[in-house]
Amino acid sequence: MSESKIYFYPLWLRIWHSVNALCIIVLIITGFLMHYGIHGKFINFYLIVRFHNYTGVILALNYLVFFSGNIVFGNKKFYRLKIKGWLQRIIRQSEYYAFGMFKGQQPPFPLNEKRKFNPLQKFSYFFSMYLILPLVIISGIALLYPEIIVEEVYDVSGVFLTALFHAGLGFIILMFLIVHVYAASIGKNPIQNFKSIINGWHELSH
Amino acid sequence: MVYLYRKISIILLFAGICVGATAQMAAMKEDNKTCLDCHSRQTYTLHNDWTGQDERRLMNPYFVIDTMQYLSGVHNGFSCIDCHSMDYETYPHNNELKFEPMATCLDCHGGDPHYEHFQFELIEEEFQKSIHFQRAGDLFTCNKCHNQHYYRTTARSSSRVADIVASDNAMCLACHSNAAKFSLAGSRDIPVINEVHSWLPNHELHFRSVRCIDCHTAFNDDLMVSHNIQAKEHAVKNCAECHSANSMLRASLYKYENIQSRQDKGFLSVFQTNQAYVIGANQVPAFKFITIGILLMAFAGIIVHVAFRIIHKK
Repeated sequence: MSESKIYFYPLWLRIWHSVNALCIIVLIITGFLMHYGIHGKFINFYLIVRFHNYTGVILALNYLVFFSGNIVFGNKKFYRLKIKGWLQRIIRQSEYYAFGMFKGQQPPFPLNEKRKFNPLQKFSYFFSMYLILPLVIISGIALLYPEIIVEEVYDVSGVFLTALFHAGLGFIILMFLIVHVYAASIGKNPIQNFKSIINGWHELSH
Repeated sequence: MVYLYRKISIILLFAGICVGATAQMAAMKEDNKTCLDCHSRQTYTLHNDWTGQDERRLMNPYFVIDTMQYLSGVHNGFSCIDCHSMDYETYPHNNELKFEPMATCLDCHGGDPHYEHFQFELIEEEFQKSIHFQRAGDLFTCNKCHNQHYYRTTARSSSRVADIVASDNAMCLACHSNAAKFSLAGSRDIPVINEVHSWLPNHELHFRSVRCIDCHTAFNDDLMVSHNIQAKEHAVKNCAECHSANSMLRASLYKYENIQSRQDKGFLSVFQTNQAYVIGANQVPAFKFITIGILLMAFAGIIVHVAFRIIHKK
């Protein structure tokens, strides 16, 4: 068993990641409270809305950090999807998580300097960062300025549809968060990956 | 050629409007036409005995009747002199007539079983508790808000929330955005609506989506619209009163049968009824069930995976 470390997560990426994580958690909690109209003595609805709005703006600005940082520091190459055989690669990686890892098999796509993400990670990170997050930001901005939204779509309020879309995307992000945090516990040991996002070093264990 | 078609279509459209207007006018009571000869125009002609000349003068704009609106109102079948003195038939009108006490709504509608479902007596009771009555007493008549010439039952007949809101708020704004009319009920300076509501997030959107009275009246479940409009100190200021699952708006703005009946159709009703969106109040049962289902499946998957990891010490 060889042991080596790769400096996968430079400082700017770690800062972006922590800010993003905090924003997402706050937005999911406040968004849930808003969607279900939950309120009480200590959670004033007006404050929840304001907190959600401000956090949303921080998330949007932070997304620009991610987007431009990826271009400037070359991190974008890890997100490049290879179309050919993508499904087989995802199935192979899923099989490893479902059965292979318990049978003592080696990961089908070991990480190295050129491969930061396995196919499942790459696929989910690509869609969450380049599709879901931009859409949730755009729909969020639209809800901040509801006058720009189409008034009615076949007798249904445009704002209502946008809000439903926004909430649906929020739920997808929640699902991503749950799976992402759980999957992070699969590593050299359950807490290794959590240390990596703080110190930047990814430890390989194969 | 295109120009010719355009010209023809404009002429046809104009002709259509004229025919439509004539058809509408035809429904006007015959004896009203004499009054409307002057009272539907912006000018009238008066014979001046002193100079011996006919003089053209401007009509007081508050005495001009919009005949189209009159004919689409609920009182369209009435003659002018059903409510105004018969003495108006002489022209020039006698000056004394301006002191003529006008009939109030209850003079006709009160105690009449035909109008029982409108509950005029209860409305009167509620009104007498209101800030309007406290400030101006009996001088604050129904017609200060409900213009009897053009009144339409929009709240009962319209199924579009936006229409109900617009027509209702227009009644309030007729005085609350018009300093001259506002001063009829007191000597206070008129508050600037946008300024006093600046605390309300997205107040322009609120004004388009919610009636003034949804926040400014005491809630009365027996009445379709409570007339107990309260002092500003008692207005709803707590967001959660509306932005919650048991939103106050369900008992007020969305209460009417024509809106409510569609609300109970279940799953698909979401896509029929949501003409207005209220954060926290518009919940989609399908969204709730699907998301809870997916969440439970994800947690179940994670628990099974954790169990296998513990067994295999991974």
